[in-house]
Amino acid sequence: MPPIDVDARVIANRRLSRDYNVLTLSAAEVGARTQAGQFVMVRPADMTETLLRRPFSVFEVVRDDHGAATAITILNKRAGRTTNRLYDAEPGDRIACLGPLGKPYTPVAPPQEAWMVAGGVGLAPFATLAQALAASQTPTTLFYGARSDQELFHLDFFEQLGVTMVVATEDGSRGERGRVTVPLERALQSRTAGSAMIYACGPEPMLAAVASVAARHAQPCEVSVERTMGCGLGGCYSCVIKVKHADGPAHFVRSCINGPVFDGAEIVWD
Amino acid sequence: MARDLSVRIGSLTLPNPVIAASGCFGYGLEYDEVTDLSSLGGVCVKGLFMTEREGHAPPRIVETPAGMINAIGLQGIGVHRFVKEKLPLLRERGARVFVNVCGTTIDEYVEVSKVLSQAEGVAAIELNISCPNIKEGGIQFGCSLVGTGSVVAAVRKATQLPVIPKLTPNVTDVASFAHAAEDAGADAVSLVNTFLAMAIDVETRRPTITNVLGGLSGPAIRPIAVRMVWECAQEVKIPIIGMGGITNARDALEFILAGATAVQIGTANFVDPFVWDKVLAGLDDYLERHHFERLSDLIGAFDPTPPKAVHA
Repeated sequence: MPPIDVDARVIANRRLSRDYNVLTLSAAEVGARTQAGQFVMVRPADMTETLLRRPFSVFEVVRDDHGAATAITILNKRAGRTTNRLYDAEPGDRIACLGPLGKPYTPVAPPQEAWMVAGGVGLAPFATLAQALAASQTPTTLFYGARSDQELFHLDFFEQLGVTMVVATEDGSRGERGRVTVPLERALQSRTAGSAMIYACGPEPMLAAVASVAARHAQPCEVSVERTMGCGLGGCYSCVIKVKHADGPAHFVRSCINGPVFDGAEIVWD
Repeated sequence: MARDLSVRIGSLTLPNPVIAASGCFGYGLEYDEVTDLSSLGGVCVKGLFMTEREGHAPPRIVETPAGMINAIGLQGIGVHRFVKEKLPLLRERGARVFVNVCGTTIDEYVEVSKVLSQAEGVAAIELNISCPNIKEGGIQFGCSLVGTGSVVAAVRKATQLPVIPKLTPNVTDVASFAHAAEDAGADAVSLVNTFLAMAIDVETRRPTITNVLGGLSGPAIRPIAVRMVWECAQEVKIPIIGMGGITNARDALEFILAGATAVQIGTANFVDPFVWDKVLAGLDDYLERHHFERLSDLIGAFDPTPPKAVHA
């Protein structure tokens, strides 16, 4: 289905920490079409200092009692002008919301397991993915890494869906101290049978490490990348990433339309 | 829309003057789901060399006040793949296809143009002699009056298609380049390409984009582009396709009044891929409000009578 541009209103702004917030946007039509892993291009209507939209994974599709989409949420982390503005947004503010865009994750079903690996704001695509996996009763684990306890969010949400949680923080304030790829690799080593699809989203060094660990243990792996993006529709050629090519040398492809979800083994990491 | 938005560029008649700018609209098909490609005056596809090009390493863009700097480096699939994979689909959709032709030598411009001339479904050739982001070719022709004339004359001889050199604003007197293009047989000129620019990340003290330098586009450049179109309009008789930071019908009219026969929209399409219908509706609305039957009556209709010093 083609993407649509919704002149959405901010319904709620939940500030999770000094840097993170979850914005609920009245973009029901976008939510109804969204598959886990897809994104929206967002721009506050009153932004005068910047021009371009910013890409955000659809974090949650908010649904009514009948399962109809009523809104979407995005997980925002302050990093620049637009994200600061989104952090400060108030209910009623207008946010242009174009989507859904990009290739989604490939959901698996039992007996295959799903292992989601999130680093920091890379948690963003996994709420919708976890819901889809729960609907198919796929055994799901979330490996979730962050700088500290203060930057771990929505743990209850995943626990209520029956997701097994494995947490790591860089300062050791919750879960294991260090990188989340360490418990991931240990879990892969201790596996005896069956296959797990690994889904990853987070900083690129983490994605590279996850892809490498998955390849070593011969498990399938999909990663969601974030590159500086101009348009989200393939027009500007800004968001390219290098992928391997069966018939020739590696070449740049646009992560907005060829991704943002890629086979982890396909990417040539910087 | 009852009013007539059509314009003529050489032998071409376009149903309206609004063309998607090269480098900002992929090969057109990327927008197939969101836009009726035949509803645009034309679709100017991404620049093509004879062979595929990889382009620059990312990051390739950075935002700046009211604009953006890009150095994509003309990543592209080459003319042969374009003709085989994209052109038939564009024809099916009824798009009027302008092809932005690149070259590192005059021979390459000629060869690419010949391939396009032999293909079905190309409306016009836009000669890219103005990309600021590649080391060889392109801009070296666009920054020299002799070079501009040589490329245009050589391609003119090689094709029956309308030839439209795209001019760079990174020269002292752009009108003299329009003149050189006209003298060499160009059917029209398009301007402006981007302004050579640079942005530094002061926190890291490093470049914001890999290529260090890039081309500035967006509303920030619009007043300079309007001035340049106006200067060229006074210098040449061939049609001008104006561009630079157009985001709505008002902006497009500024170029048309300054003397542009048609306009291209680029950066604004990144922000709003539904911009096309809005601009066309806005042009129609303007004609109605100002009691014009034909948009072409507005080309160059700028009245230089000074504005009043006080508000009425």
